[in-house]
Amino acid sequence: MEKFTKITGIAAPMPLVNIDTDMIIPKQFLKTIKRTGLGVNLFDEMRYDEQGNEKPDFVLNKPQYRDAQILIAGDNFGCGSSREHAPWALLDFGIRAVVSTSYADIFFNNCFKNGILPIILPEDQVQYLMDDASKGANARITVDLESQTVTASDGTTFAFEVEPFRKHCLLNGLDDIGLTLEKADKIDAFEDKAKQLFPWA
Amino acid sequence: MTAPKTLYDKIWDAHLVDESDDGTCLLYIDRHLVHEVTSPQAFEGLRMTGRKVRAPEKTIAVPDHNVPTTPGRETRIENAESRIQVDALDKNARDFGIHYYPVADVRQGIVHIIGPEQGWTLPGMTIVCGDSHTATHGAFGALAHGIGTSEVEHVLATQTLIQSKSKNMKVEITGKLSPGVTAKDITLAVIGKIGTAGGTGHVIEYCGEAIRDLSMEGRMTVCNMAIEAGARAGLIAPDEKTFDYVRGRPHAPKGAVWEAAMAYWKTLFSDEGAHFDKVVTIRGEDIAPVVTWGTSPEDVLPITAEVPDPASFPGGKSGAAKRSLEYMGLKPGMKLTDIKVDAVFIGSCTNGRIEDLRAAAEILKGRKLAPGVRGMVVPGSGLVRLQAEEEGLAEIFIDAGFEWRLAGCSMCLGMNPDQLAPGERCAGTSNRNFEGRMGRGGRTHLMSPVMAAAAAVTGHLTDVRELMAETA
Repeated sequence: MEKFTKITGIAAPMPLVNIDTDMIIPKQFLKTIKRTGLGVNLFDEMRYDEQGNEKPDFVLNKPQYRDAQILIAGDNFGCGSSREHAPWALLDFGIRAVVSTSYADIFFNNCFKNGILPIILPEDQVQYLMDDASKGANARITVDLESQTVTASDGTTFAFEVEPFRKHCLLNGLDDIGLTLEKADKIDAFEDKAKQLFPWA
Repeated sequence: MTAPKTLYDKIWDAHLVDESDDGTCLLYIDRHLVHEVTSPQAFEGLRMTGRKVRAPEKTIAVPDHNVPTTPGRETRIENAESRIQVDALDKNARDFGIHYYPVADVRQGIVHIIGPEQGWTLPGMTIVCGDSHTATHGAFGALAHGIGTSEVEHVLATQTLIQSKSKNMKVEITGKLSPGVTAKDITLAVIGKIGTAGGTGHVIEYCGEAIRDLSMEGRMTVCNMAIEAGARAGLIAPDEKTFDYVRGRPHAPKGAVWEAAMAYWKTLFSDEGAHFDKVVTIRGEDIAPVVTWGTSPEDVLPITAEVPDPASFPGGKSGAAKRSLEYMGLKPGMKLTDIKVDAVFIGSCTNGRIEDLRAAAEILKGRKLAPGVRGMVVPGSGLVRLQAEEEGLAEIFIDAGFEWRLAGCSMCLGMNPDQLAPGERCAGTSNRNFEGRMGRGGRTHLMSPVMAAAAAVTGHLTDVRELMAETA
C-alpha cells in the first residue's frame, strides 16, 4: 500500500448526499480480477453518456478538475455495496483523500486499506471546503495526516480525528495482514480455547 | 456480578482474540462466505505472498452475482468477463481446498440464502463475506457483516478481522402487523424513518413482538437490509424458531454437540438493563405496505401516498430528491398507485426464499401478468427452486406468465444478463434502488413479494390489500 503523509492538490466539489458505490463504480466494471485500471470508469454513468462520450457538466470532466486528488462530498459518501472496486477506482483516478460529514462503514474501512484518507469534518467546515473547491484549480487544498489537518487555499485550517492504528498504517504504508500474522500465537490460543467451548463452530 | 450486556456485546466478547492499547481489536471469524466478484484479488494476494487459507473448513464459496439464470450456464457462460470470474473461483476453491458449491450443484444459490440453508450459519457466530448483505445472517443471532476485498484476504490468511467495536442500537417493532404487511415493509419502514445513515457506526438489534412473530425467512429479510440503514450489522436474538430452522441442516451440530450448542445459544439475548446508545420504536400497527419512489432505500412511502415534492426536504436531501425524481421520471404529487411498471422481479437475497415465493404465488394464483409486463421469478437457491416446484408454486408463476429461472443474484444488481433497458421501470423485491442498479437507466421500486405480485397483475404499483380483498 502506498504511504499517505501529506498532499497538496486540487479538490473537486461533489455536493450530493448519499453518493453510493454503484455511482462510484457501476457493476459492469466489477468483473475484473485485478485491482488496477478502474480509474477510467470512476463515476462512469455520471461521467459519460450512453455513447461513451464525456458529459462536459460532470465535475471531473471540467478542465480545472481533471487532475483532482481530493473529493469534497455530501453526507454518507460511499453507501451501499461493499465493493472495494470503489476505492480502487478513486485511487486509480488519482484521488487520495475524501472530505465529507459521514461515510458508510465498509467504504470507510476499504479506503484505509488502499492508501486513501477519508476525512470527517462538521457540516460547516465541509461547506467551507466545498466553496473553496468550487473555485477550481486555483484553490489548492492541503491534507496533512501527520498533523491531522486540512488547509483551505486561504490558509484556514481544520483539524480532524483519525484512529491511531489506522493513522500508523497509512503513514507507513503497512500491510495489516503482516501485522496480524505477528499475533499468530494469540490466534492459535483462541482456536484451542474455542474448540473446547464451541466445538460446533 | 458483571454489567448487563447486549447480544452484540456477548458475541463480540466471545470472539475477541486481542485488544491493543489503542483499542484496535482482533476478532475471530467463524464462517467466511466467498463469492466470485469480491474474491479474485484476495486469492491473488495470497498467491503473491505465498500465504495459505488458514481455516479452509470454515470458508465456503459459491458463484452467484455473475451467473446467468438461464439453462446451459453450467457448461458455458457467454460473457467472457463473467466466465473468467467464475472460472477463477472454481480454481481458487480447488487450489485452496475450501468448501464449494459450483454452478452445476443443485445447492448453488445466493450466498446469503445457502449459508443458512446448509446450516453453515449458526447462532452466536461471527460471519463475514465480501458482500454488504451479509447482515442477513444476523437473523440467527450471529454477528454478520460485509467486508471489502482487502479484508477478505485478511480473513482468508488469518481467520480474523481487525475491528473497532460499534455502538448498540435497538429497533423495536411492537404489536402486530396488519394483513398485507410483511417483513420487507418493516425493514423499509425502519430505513424510511432513520435514513440510510441512521445506523452508521451501530449494530442494530431488532426486537419486539412483531419481530418475534416473524418466521426465520422474514427475520432474514429484516436483517438483510440493516446495511441499507447504514448499520454494520443487524441482529435478532435466537429463539425456538431459530433452533427449529437450524436443526437437522447438513452442517448443523448433531447429538451431544447439538445439546451443548443449544445450551449456549439460549444465553444469547440482551440482558435486562443492557445499554443501547440509540433506541427506535415503531408500532407494528402503524406500518403499511410500502414502496420506494426514489433512488435511495430511504425514499420510502406507504403505497397510499403521493410522490413527494423535493422542495419539502431539508438541505442537501432536496437536491438529491430532485435528481431522484428526474431519474425516476416522476412528478411531485402523482399518486404512487398511478406509476406503471414494465417489469416485475421477485428474488434476491432479500426476498428469494421459499416463504417469499409462497406469498407472491398466493396473490398470483388464478391471475395473469398485466399485458406488456415482463415477470421474472429467480429463486434464491437451487433447493428453493426445487421446493417451489414440489409445492406447485412454479406452476402458478408460469401460468401467470412469469419466467421461472435458475438461482442467482439476477436483476438485483444486473451483473449478469438479467437487466433493465434504459427508462424501464421495475417493481422489485430486491434491496437497492440506486441509479443504474438493475441496468443503466433502469428504474427500480423496492417492495415486498406480495406488493410486487400485485403490481404484476395490475401493471402499476398497487396496494396489495385491494387484491387480497378480492380474493377473500
